[in-house]
Amino acid sequence: MSGWTMLTIIGEDRPGIVAAVTKILYEKGMNLGEASMLRLGGAFTIMLMVQGAASADDVARIVQPVAEPMGLRVHADPIEGKLHDHVEPNARITIFGADRAGIVAKATGALAEAGYNISLLETDVGGSQVEPIYIMQMEGVASRGIQSLKDSLAGLAREGVEISVEPIDTMIG
Amino acid sequence: MASLPIITYPDSRLKTPSEPVEKVDEALLAFIADLEQTMRAGPGGVGIAAPQVGRAIRVAIVDVSSRKDTPNNGRVVLINPEITKWDGFAVGREGCMSVPDYTGAVIRAEKIELQCLDELGAERTYQMEGFEARAAQHEIDHLDGLLFLDRLVSRSGDLFRRKAYKKKGE
Ligand SMILES: [Zn+2]
Repeated sequence: MSGWTMLTIIGEDRPGIVAAVTKILYEKGMNLGEASMLRLGGAFTIMLMVQGAASADDVARIVQPVAEPMGLRVHADPIEGKLHDHVEPNARITIFGADRAGIVAKATGALAEAGYNISLLETDVGGSQVEPIYIMQMEGVASRGIQSLKDSLAGLAREGVEISVEPIDTMIG
Repeated sequence: MASLPIITYPDSRLKTPSEPVEKVDEALLAFIADLEQTMRAGPGGVGIAAPQVGRAIRVAIVDVSSRKDTPNNGRVVLINPEITKWDGFAVGREGCMSVPDYTGAVIRAEKIELQCLDELGAERTYQMEGFEARAAQHEIDHLDGLLFLDRLVSRSGDLFRRKAYKKKGE
């Protein structure tokens, strides 16, 4: 049983990237794991777990023939698979406000000190070009409870940033 | 009483609608006791439906009374349940004993009214909200051959934003 590779692919967004990449992997007998694929700015980004090749370099070589004509850049790293081992997030945090330097660093720095382990973070820049707004959504595990997260962000809230910290109550039935 | 084995997706029995119970009798009550023990032994412990142990009958149990700050009706046995009223909606995260190691965002009615038979075979009406309403809707879905996977919504989709917007306007 061969190990897992994290395949990273980045390029200018255009139709057919996912289809082309996954088709060649399928044809070469690769097994796919978890993936995040999304458009960020004008780029399309893929992070994809791949299994079945002798090495990470082999995975990169397999996709190269379809990546190159589409102008995609490919990177591959060996990783531990750790599937079927999901961490259950228990706190969701949304932060938004006028775009300004340092919001992400301040927020995540305070949260890390409060024992928050981020499992997902998505940010968007909305609003207008003149008045951009920054929207950040996170999910993660609050090891010291919701209140400690709220307390840790109180300073940021005083700077006029909107913050909501909500528990994620997962119903398992 | 015995804890029963939980069947997991892609077992096709989880995608098959269940039949109504015709008679509330000793055998059914014994099954309900086993079903409850199975629920309490599970990772969530707040709800279970008969199809999850491979029985295609319209029986489920919901009990969220052990959670703090959660409105509830105590231990509720649902025999032939029907939801008769829905009000509002909420996005929440769900998992399922029959779908191990995966959770996702699902939209459910915030408040429901449901009718069912109880363990004496008498008709009952329950008002439920929040977490208990979510659990009941999840279990009743099982009786209709539906999983929470059938109702997944994007975790960062419009609905979270709409919800946050609503809250600000309160
Ligand atoms: Zn379930």
